[in-house]
Amino acid sequence: MRLLLPIALPAVLGLLAWLLRSARTQLAFLLGGAALHVAVVAWLFAAPAAPLGVLALDELGRLFLSLTSVVFALAALYTVSYLRDGTHDAPARPHRLVPALLWFLAAMSLVTLTHHLAVLWAAVEATTLATAPLIAFYRRRPALEATWKYLLLCSVGIALALLGTFCLGIAASGVPGGATLTLDTLVQAARAGAMARPWLEAAFVLALVGYGTKMGLAPLHTWLPDAHSQAPSPVSALLSGVVLNGAFLGILRFHQVVVASGDAAFAQALLVLLGFASIALATAFMVKQRDYKRLLAYSSVENMGVLAVGVGVGGTAAFGALLHAVNHSLAKAGLFLLAGNVLRAYGTTAAGEVRGVRRRLPATGALLLLLALAIGGLPPFGPFMSEFLVFEAALRGPTPWLGVAFAGLLAVAFLGLAGVLVPMLQPGAAAPGGDGAPRARERLLSVLSPALVAGAVLVLGLGLPPFLKELLGAAASSIGGAP
Amino acid sequence: MSQLGDFLLLVVVILGLQAVATSRITAAVRAVALQGAALAFLPFALGHVHGVWGMVTSCAVVLVLKGAVIPLLLRRAIEKARVVHEAAPFVSLHLSVLLGAALVGAAFWISSRLVLPGPAPNRLVVPIALATLLLGFLVIVTRRKAVTQVVGYLMLENGVFIFGQALAVHLSWAVELAILLDVLAGVFVMGIAIHQISREFDHIDVDALSELRD
Repeated sequence: MRLLLPIALPAVLGLLAWLLRSARTQLAFLLGGAALHVAVVAWLFAAPAAPLGVLALDELGRLFLSLTSVVFALAALYTVSYLRDGTHDAPARPHRLVPALLWFLAAMSLVTLTHHLAVLWAAVEATTLATAPLIAFYRRRPALEATWKYLLLCSVGIALALLGTFCLGIAASGVPGGATLTLDTLVQAARAGAMARPWLEAAFVLALVGYGTKMGLAPLHTWLPDAHSQAPSPVSALLSGVVLNGAFLGILRFHQVVVASGDAAFAQALLVLLGFASIALATAFMVKQRDYKRLLAYSSVENMGVLAVGVGVGGTAAFGALLHAVNHSLAKAGLFLLAGNVLRAYGTTAAGEVRGVRRRLPATGALLLLLALAIGGLPPFGPFMSEFLVFEAALRGPTPWLGVAFAGLLAVAFLGLAGVLVPMLQPGAAAPGGDGAPRARERLLSVLSPALVAGAVLVLGLGLPPFLKELLGAAASSIGGAP
Repeated sequence: MSQLGDFLLLVVVILGLQAVATSRITAAVRAVALQGAALAFLPFALGHVHGVWGMVTSCAVVLVLKGAVIPLLLRRAIEKARVVHEAAPFVSLHLSVLLGAALVGAAFWISSRLVLPGPAPNRLVVPIALATLLLGFLVIVTRRKAVTQVVGYLMLENGVFIFGQALAVHLSWAVELAILLDVLAGVFVMGIAIHQISREFDHIDVDALSELRD
């Protein structure tokens, strides 16, 4: 029964928050829900729970469940200051924020907890539906445009993933009980060589295209920069730090089945291809990007590419990819929260109009620099370690030039990122709201979460805690990697 | 039973072509509603009998959701946005009918090369599922109004639903219900989004939603 708690708790709290519209109560529910979720997840770590129906918690699920819980708690902390200070212009329905956030947490927990691929699909689609009203929060024209693109593209993409899920069932329909679509039966059927190969391969392609759309893999990423830049900053943080991981997990579930069938090379080649396309395309859009929130969004596309390449290269790179998912979620969530502080102080997302952040918002400026260096892949931060693992494995693999191209693209992406963010920190010429403006007030809660993630990615770069290393190793070997 | 299955599947593909051919948005909504209603009887016609009561409830739920509730949500969105015609689709109606027919042909050709590993419930299931899915795609990419795109999405979803029927073993009712409710919630959220777009922009032409670009 305990496996139900991470889903049921936020769902019920979200319902209560929806009924009780007072802002104070809602914030209490949000913080309470986030704290309870962290506590329940910790409890599940300490004492593993027995599977329950379609729910079961394996290493991959545990990794992404805890990541979801932590990033959500950080975003919730930030949301308190975000709502209390009054948002930079008044949304039409402020009381809809908290319920949608909590329902999103419930849906996302189900994504990580289920072993039934059709339920996984339903949960991923539920995360789309819970986050769509959040992107439309301000009801401005660009926000509505972004919401429509997000809804349509992700729903259509996800429909293909359902088709892929059914194909997987058909592939296994020669096996008694194989078409039930639970992961264990599918993996067993695949190990026994009882899967019809053309259907299995079709299933993987459809899942990769479908979940890949939601994950933001190029060329299906077009909704992502719009949605991430138009959403309120805590929501952008959740989209990048949590939603993309959910779609990634969907792809990994299919990958597990394909690996078990002994056809891993097929899936890996496709992952490497889409991964490289994402890194290259995102890098091209990051250089000379004018909007700093879009810049961060394209950086997410790039990092999703890193995850795909890592899983595609396999071996220690798969371990690196999962570690990179942790690093990216934390660092990018922090960056989007900081971007929210900048947006509030300057009232624009145009990077060219923002100058002197270090002086006007000292804590935000310092953390922005740290996290930009971290996500750019500089040592001694965590993303450097995880990207290095992928690079090293690619270099040692059968096609070393892949590793060289990988490192080269990441270097250009870093220059693009730094080229936009660093001038924002420096004092500048007479940009509006620039040098002459007084120091803005920074609340503790508006910089606490980013400070915590900055600390975390630094620790992850210096050395992995043993429990995380063990978890990542077990999760990596379940997707055909090496610990 | 196989004759009833053939009949239903043919009705589904004809309704799909009708949705492609019409310029009146309400007619497209009606076509997709009837398509959904026809699908409600498909498990029965294909002989997926798992107890009488299970069959009756599953049929009733699909009939109510796909045949009545979802079309109702769409009609409300149309009324609020005050659109009647798909005025200037990106591809002319004549051409889209031709394209639609070509897609149906392509679906049959592709299916002739796919071999189901298990026993096929009906030889038309896979080609009609593919055809419906492709027609849904056609509607999504060729139409200008946001509401018509939702119709296309529903056809796509119907195609996936038919495909699910090719699975010899039934999904549990809870899982099927979860999938259906997701589609319902999806149309609900899309309806709200369309309402907000029509209020803010005074139209629901998706090609005019083009402020965000690099």
